Amino acid sequence: MKEKKNNAFTRWFYGEEDTLLDKVEMKPQKEYAPREGEIRELMKEREMLREQIYDVEDNHKLRLFHKMYQIAAVIFCLTLISIMLVTVSWLPPNGDPDNPVNNEVSARYIESGLQETGAVNIVTGMILDYRAFDTFGESNVLFIATVTVLILLRLDKEKKALAKPGVPVYQKPVDELTIAKAQADDRVYEPKNDVILQKVAGFLVPIIIIFGIYVILNGHLSPGGGFSGGAIIGAGLILYLNAFGFEKTERFFTEKTYKWTCFFALTFYCLAKSYSFFTGANHLESGIPLGTPGAILSSGLILPLNICVGLVVACTMYAFYVLFRKGGF
Amino acid sequence: MNFVQNFPFFSIILSMFSGIVSSVLPARAAKWLNTILISVVGAMSAVLLVYLMGTGESYVYWMGHFPAPWGNEIRAGVLEAGMALFFCVIMLLSMTGGRKKLLGEVEYSKHNLYYILVNLLLSSLLALVYTNDLFTAYVFVEINTISACGLIMIRQNGRTIEAAVRYMIMSLLGSGLFLISLCMLYDLTGHLLMSNIKESVAVLVSHHQYSVPLMTTIGLMCAGLAIKSALFPFHSWLPDAYGYSTVSSAAMLSSLVSKGYIFLLIKIFYRVIGFEIIAESKVINVLFVFGLLGMIFGSLSAIRENDIRRMISFSSVAQIGYIYMGFGLGTESGMTASIFHILSHAATKSLLFIAAIGLTDVSKGSRQIVDLTGAGYRNKIAGFAFTVGSLSMVGVPMFSGFVSKLLFAEASIGHTYKMLPAVIVLAISTILNAIYFMKTVIRIYVPERRKDCEVITIKNEKEYAVTLVCFIVLNVMLGMLSQPIVQWIHTGLSMFG
Amino acid sequence: MVGPNLFINYGEAVAVILFGIGFSNLLLQKNLIKKIIGLNIMDTAIYLFLAEKGYIAGRVAPIVVDGVQEVEAYINPVPSGLVLTGIVVSVSVTAIMLSLTIRLYRRYHTLDLDEISMRLKKEGL
Repeated sequence: MKEKKNNAFTRWFYGEEDTLLDKVEMKPQKEYAPREGEIRELMKEREMLREQIYDVEDNHKLRLFHKMYQIAAVIFCLTLISIMLVTVSWLPPNGDPDNPVNNEVSARYIESGLQETGAVNIVTGMILDYRAFDTFGESNVLFIATVTVLILLRLDKEKKALAKPGVPVYQKPVDELTIAKAQADDRVYEPKNDVILQKVAGFLVPIIIIFGIYVILNGHLSPGGGFSGGAIIGAGLILYLNAFGFEKTERFFTEKTYKWTCFFALTFYCLAKSYSFFTGANHLESGIPLGTPGAILSSGLILPLNICVGLVVACTMYAFYVLFRKGGF
Repeated sequence: MNFVQNFPFFSIILSMFSGIVSSVLPARAAKWLNTILISVVGAMSAVLLVYLMGTGESYVYWMGHFPAPWGNEIRAGVLEAGMALFFCVIMLLSMTGGRKKLLGEVEYSKHNLYYILVNLLLSSLLALVYTNDLFTAYVFVEINTISACGLIMIRQNGRTIEAAVRYMIMSLLGSGLFLISLCMLYDLTGHLLMSNIKESVAVLVSHHQYSVPLMTTIGLMCAGLAIKSALFPFHSWLPDAYGYSTVSSAAMLSSLVSKGYIFLLIKIFYRVIGFEIIAESKVINVLFVFGLLGMIFGSLSAIRENDIRRMISFSSVAQIGYIYMGFGLGTESGMTASIFHILSHAATKSLLFIAAIGLTDVSKGSRQIVDLTGAGYRNKIAGFAFTVGSLSMVGVPMFSGFVSKLLFAEASIGHTYKMLPAVIVLAISTILNAIYFMKTVIRIYVPERRKDCEVITIKNEKEYAVTLVCFIVLNVMLGMLSQPIVQWIHTGLSMFG
Repeated sequence: MVGPNLFINYGEAVAVILFGIGFSNLLLQKNLIKKIIGLNIMDTAIYLFLAEKGYIAGRVAPIVVDGVQEVEAYINPVPSGLVLTGIVVSVSVTAIMLSLTIRLYRRYHTLDLDEISMRLKKEGL
């Protein structure tokens, strides 16, 4: 083993003890000793100060600050509204066909939209074909919002800690909600087996779901699309859950269904759109047929994308409801 | 079309796709997917940067079968490729530095959700860097906001959830202002694509049409983005959010999230409105004043803090003030100084957060500065890294902070009436920075023998030590090799407009 | 100071006033649920503004009927697409804010944000 060079730097680096300690007269080195009595005094003083400062009822300074803050904030908001009203008064007039907004961009959408995208509904053709990147980003907004709500509200079973040496393990706080308690709360507070609700739901839920499927499939032919149709199907599922309870719903909609439906729908969306962007940017021909306008099976990729978006939105709406109510499926 | 030109599109789509795939993977697989993704995207950005330096011009990439303005497009130039590479490097280092603390602070079943948030944060940063369309920028700004909120409250104690609520409220105010100003700008010009808006704005300004709404719209847009990136009066959420979340989140939030919005603001200055029009308007002066106030008040609040992580967060407020002061100068050299400061601040602030967690670990987990006495001897690598970071913040030569302060001073000299306030406040803020950073550095190197605290050596924590060494090397490189980097920024800005 | 189109643009003016009301609610209200309602008012006002932008007097919605594809027959389709994206973003952020409120209420049993900060400062966490 190489001998360590003994100079001032290495001694400092390795943190060695001072060799002149106890041999030369020097100021005594203090050992670290927790000063119990002093610390308790300091904490008491700090407590008293805190009580005085944050005592909202009697503290005049705090109340004055609150009042000034509110007055300043109201003035700020009134200023904002008046600035924006002045701006609106100078904008181009409403409903005028010669506005800068009605230029060659919207002209091409209206005149060649049907031929280039195959969709009769020009707005659907625009958001799922011309400006598809924005819609892809928006589906990701919905996805990441679901992930955030899952982080906050999903209650998980306790996992056995993988006890490796040196690896820290997460300790759950004691007063947090557990799965058993959430289920008990739910059984107490939610309506059970209400006759009117069950009879009406038994009649309405199939109609709602069929209507939702109709809206999704006709997104490119009439007003509709994946987002609105998905919301309708989600509403139907929530009504079913409310009328019939968790056991009956779990027969066809579990956490696995939710996870895998969202995964496959979003993956298909991502791959289909990447194919479309890649072939478009490299000026290659995309081999997807556009079909005859006006038929259900037309407009290239728009119909499958609408179905994917509809599935994702329906599952997301249902998942939000279940997470808010019970913290799990 | 060269295959390398597909790389911006590949980077964005790969990040989004890994986010989607991570939703069904267990925690270990999600961790590996995240690391591999960031490395691959960084490598692709490096190759793209080399290619673009070779050709010397930026290009436009159609997202779909239709050219702009009917379809979306993204645009890649030298500046964008370099920023993407830099963001990837910082994100990779922050994730590896904070990984051990993540195991102790977050439930194991939610780890894969955390990696989804990181992947989507990367995709939104890349999209903000490359986009050429204003509405796409809005959608990705929202993804950025939501993933930053998720990063703050992954730790789930009372402080972080309250900090996340405050952050969301401020951020949504900023988003609302940005969206309504975007709609008004669309009304005045009729286009959503940045280059087309710039032509229309130039025509409107030269004919003196619609001058009042144009000015207020630009002002509202800048106000919205300034609120989101925590400029001086709107910074109240920052200390709680950065101070109490888990380490890798704090490092990523301070260096990357606000910088995405600032880069979008630079893009709006150059590509939507035009730099000459902005430099003549009053908006720049307002940003300048708030930047100066932020520099002073951030440092003053940091001096009063006893908690080390909150102290570093207040220092972030001051540094964002520097960047806005650079914008406020209204010259090309001011912009160059601001962009260099973005790089320097990202490299230094992440280093400080990761080093600070090493120091608190050897002081029985206490975050008060008084309890950190002697921590530099118990965890040598963290102490050394904290010293390097502090010296860079203060502005000692050889580190990156010195170069950015020098660039700011050079940019403000010669200005008629903005020179004096800028130089004076720069000097005052350097002194204030020195007060609180040097106080901490001296305290961690006071020799005090404590038998009840553990000692961390490099052998125990290899990953952590390697991360800190990489950060130190990055900082010193930015400080010593600043000339090529400033040259790169100049080239990038010239092809940016 | 005030321009000529204030009363022709009455739809936009109402939208802007609603935006201001929503903005001030989000900023000033103490109760968290009322803040979230303010956020929704603000976003809905922006959609009203956008919908007004697309309108052209005397024309119908942009769905091709009877093969008529003249520009003079339909309104501008672009703002409708922007509103669709905006609605989804608004729903997502409302869901996040509501779940944050649920977590805070479970722990502190109050919906007042200032009281929660006060309590955190007293705990000295």
